[in-house]
Order: sequence, then structure tokens, then C-alpha cells
Amino acid sequence: MRKILFYLLLSLFAFAFLYPFLWMVSASLSEERSITNVTLWPVSLTLDHYIKLFQSIPISRSFLNSIFVATMVTFGVLVFSSMAGYALARHRFKGRNLLFYFLLFTMTLPFQLTLIPNYILMVQFGWTNSFAALIIPGLLNAFAILLFRQHFLSIPQDLIDAARIDGCNELRILFQVLWPVSVPTLITVGIITFMTTWNDVLWPIIVIREEKLMTMPQLVTLFAVGGRSMGQIGMKLASATLLALPIIIAYLIFQKHFIQSMAASGQKE
Amino acid sequence: MSKSKTISSYLLVSPYLAHILVFVLFPVGFSLFLSFHEWNIISPMEYVGLSNYEKLLQDQYFLKSLRNTLVFLGIHIPLQISIALGLAVILNQEIGFRAFFRGAFFMPVVVSGVVVTILWQQLYGYEMGSINMLLMTLGLEKVGWLTDPSWAMPSIAIMATWKNVGLYIILFLVGLQSVPKSLYEASALEGATQWQQFWHITLPVINPTMIMVMILSTIGGFSLFIEPYVMTGGGPLNSTLSSVLYIYKQGFFYYHMGYAATLGLVLALIILLVVFIQRTVIENKQP
Repeated sequence: MRKILFYLLLSLFAFAFLYPFLWMVSASLSEERSITNVTLWPVSLTLDHYIKLFQSIPISRSFLNSIFVATMVTFGVLVFSSMAGYALARHRFKGRNLLFYFLLFTMTLPFQLTLIPNYILMVQFGWTNSFAALIIPGLLNAFAILLFRQHFLSIPQDLIDAARIDGCNELRILFQVLWPVSVPTLITVGIITFMTTWNDVLWPIIVIREEKLMTMPQLVTLFAVGGRSMGQIGMKLASATLLALPIIIAYLIFQKHFIQSMAASGQKE
Repeated sequence: MSKSKTISSYLLVSPYLAHILVFVLFPVGFSLFLSFHEWNIISPMEYVGLSNYEKLLQDQYFLKSLRNTLVFLGIHIPLQISIALGLAVILNQEIGFRAFFRGAFFMPVVVSGVVVTILWQQLYGYEMGSINMLLMTLGLEKVGWLTDPSWAMPSIAIMATWKNVGLYIILFLVGLQSVPKSLYEASALEGATQWQQFWHITLPVINPTMIMVMILSTIGGFSLFIEPYVMTGGGPLNSTLSSVLYIYKQGFFYYHMGYAATLGLVLALIILLVVFIQRTVIENKQP
């Protein structure tokens, strides 16, 4: 009896979480005047909204921009954060503890504090309207360093010593000895970084004004807010569907990794 | 410790040092510096003393944005904790299709806030929105979800809960699984009811998770931007003007860089203070 109640409740919530997505896809495939009649399946099926969308904004270009930016940032975070994490975990050097506490301190700083000055930096560097503004500030982050440090602390010293005896330098130890035994951490950091970069809107809106350099969420946001989608609910929903699609596909494939990674990122507090 | 290894240590951390110097330390110092100046980026900077701070204290819009944040948090946090904890407790039982349910609840978490916002803007529509249509078929009155000033912020809080709750379900599940089974068994032998078990065993153990959920939701509430930006533009009657949206407007609409930096600085201090209070108050409440 209680089980039945549980299943009912769970199904109700599952419906509430999934149905809006189904509705969005169906509505984006329906004729504009029929959208209000959509309940689950498209009414008067059409691809019009998608065709018009591709004609009016450079959405495929923005998709490539987003892929490029998120890939570069993720790659940078993996390389540079694992370097710092390795040194903090396995090296002894002057100022190491200070650096570590400093790291913990910077993690608590709200982004609102550095938003305006960072924008001014971009202006001074001449990086506004360039990928540099989207990529370089994101190349390192404190949380990733912390995760790597934690993981590297658990690696047996023998492994590192053996590599040193073989004459490996520290970078080779990190990338050729430690990375292969750190795949779960690399996946966690990779997924979180890629996802947050892919989904970020505020920073791109601030530093990019040129349409051909915009990331996908930014372009879709400005399209939805600006006058161009006025009254065109179908096109708005089509743009939202296209924006959701890549992440949802990735999520369906790597579901377990996504959930584990995000759970790990929540533990940081 | 060989000398070359010490050098290599510094080489390993050098990208981090450079990064933090340029993108964290300098900006923090510069925002303090900016808060004593007036500047529109183009013409020369002008020293204005404390006038930015004086202006801030009397700025109705900033105070309004803080009040809006309070409204948001007042609805979002209790809703988020009760739904997340409730569903996590159910999912922690022996239940079939657990992976499916977990996966479904988590779906909105991975999707961009932009998608969620565009989608809910339609669901919340007054004339044609699915939610009002549902209310009508149930024989209820339509609600001006995004057009009624007293409903707009609560609507955004409900949407934000829908978007984030999946993550907190997972976090609570992790917490629940750390409760030792033996505690339940022992207390059951002594005749404790399930409700007593939940109150006296489960809750104390997951208290750290509770604090974490609360702090993350609070930071999220103070960081609201894209939701009001896309859905309402801060209206109606500034009822959804969030602090970050206001900073954005001051900085990138009016180009008041000095004032926007002051707002950011003060807001950051408020966030740190609120999080600090939450931490100490809840931690002290523990038996």
C-alpha cells in the first residue's frame, strides 16, 4: 500500500520534470497558431520554425563557437589544475600551505566581486569581442585544483618514485604516470567544467557583442529577449530545443558520470 | 629535497599563480579602488571619495533588489529542502526504476538556465500558458504568474526549484546513505516509530547536507540573473529586479563602472556575511 503511494508520488514528479521538455519539443514542431493546442504530440507538424531560425540567426556558427570555447577551457582546466593539484599534494616547497589556504579562501569569493574589474581587464587587454575573453579567464579554477589535490594525495608514493628513478621529469610523471590512474577525477572535472562553460551566459553577454563570435546560449538569449523573436513562440522554443539538445544527448549517454560529478561538485561547501 | 625539484614545484604552480594574480587578486583590489571613483571607461577616472557608498545606501533599486532576493530565498529554500529531502527519502527505500527516477529528476539540472527560462516563460503565459490552462480545466482562476508583481518573484523561485532540486535530491541521497543501518535497527528494537527515527537519527546525520543545500541555494539566489533578464526584464514594477541584474544594468547599460563595482563589492560582502551567519547559526543548533 505504501509502496503504491511512493510510486505514484515519484511518477507524478518524474512527469513534472520531463513533461515540459516533451512539450517544448512538440511545440517547436507545431504550427505557430496550433501551439496552444499542443498537449503531448505536435499539432500540424512542421519544420518551419527551425528553417526560419537557421535563416535569421547564425545558430550553427554559435554552436561551433560554444564547442570550441568549452573544449579549450576544459582542456586548459584539466592540464593547469592538475599541475597545481599535483604540486600541492606531492611536493614540499616554501609557501605551499599558504597557497593552499589561499586557494580555499578564493573559492568562497562571490563572482559578483570580480565581475566589473574583470570586464575592465578585458577592455584593457583588448580582448573584448574575441575568444580570448571567453577562454583565458576560465583556464584554471580553484575547485578543480582541490579535486586533483585530493585525488593525488591517495596515490602510492612508490609509483612516483619509480618514475623518478626512470628519469622522468615532473611533467612527464604527471601526464604519463598519474593521469592514466586518475581517469575518474579527470572525467568529473571535465564534465563539470564543460557543462558550466557551455551553459554560462552572463560573462559572454558582457564581453562579446559581435554576433559571429557569440556562444550558443548567448545567441539564443539575445534572440529570445530582443525584438527578432517577437510573437514567434515557435522559433523561441526551437532555439531553446537546439540549445538543450547537445547537453541532453551527452547526459543520456554519460548519465551516471554527470550525476556523480555534480554530486562531487556539491560537496565542495 | 633537491633544488631542481623545488624549481619544478614552482613551475607546476606558476600558471595558477599567474592566473590568480591577474583574475582574482588584481580584480579584488581594483574593485575597491574603483568604488572610490566615477568612471565610464572612456573619459578619465574621477576620484569621488565615499559618494558611491553614500549613493548605495539611499539607492531604492538596490534595496529593492535585496528585498526581492529575500522573497526568492524565503520561498526557494524551504521548497527546495522539503521536496529534495522528501524525494530522497523515498528513493532511499527499496524501490524499482530508481535509476530512471533519479535520471528524470536530474534532467533540468544539466540543461542551460536559458532553456529552462524560455520554456517556463511559455508555461507561465497568462492567456495561453499550460499552467493557467490546467487551472482553468480544474475550474480555478487564472494567475498572472509573470505579470502580477506579487506573483512574479515567487514564480521565478518555483521555476528555480524545478531546475535545481534534482541536484539536491542526489546530495541528500548521499547523506542518507551515510546513516548507519545499525542505528535504525537498534532504535526499532527499543520501539521507536519511523517518525521518531527520522527526527532523531536521520536529521542529525544529514545536517551537514542541509547546511550545504541551504548555502548553495542562498548563493544561487544572490546570483539570479538570466531568469529575470529573459522572463521579465526585472519587472513588473521591479518586483523581479535581482541584484546581479541591477549591477549589470548600472555597469553595461549606463556605464557607471565605479558605482557598479561598489554594488558588486557590497553585494559580495553581504553574501559572505549571510553564508557565515547560516553556518554558525545552524552549526550551533546541533546538539
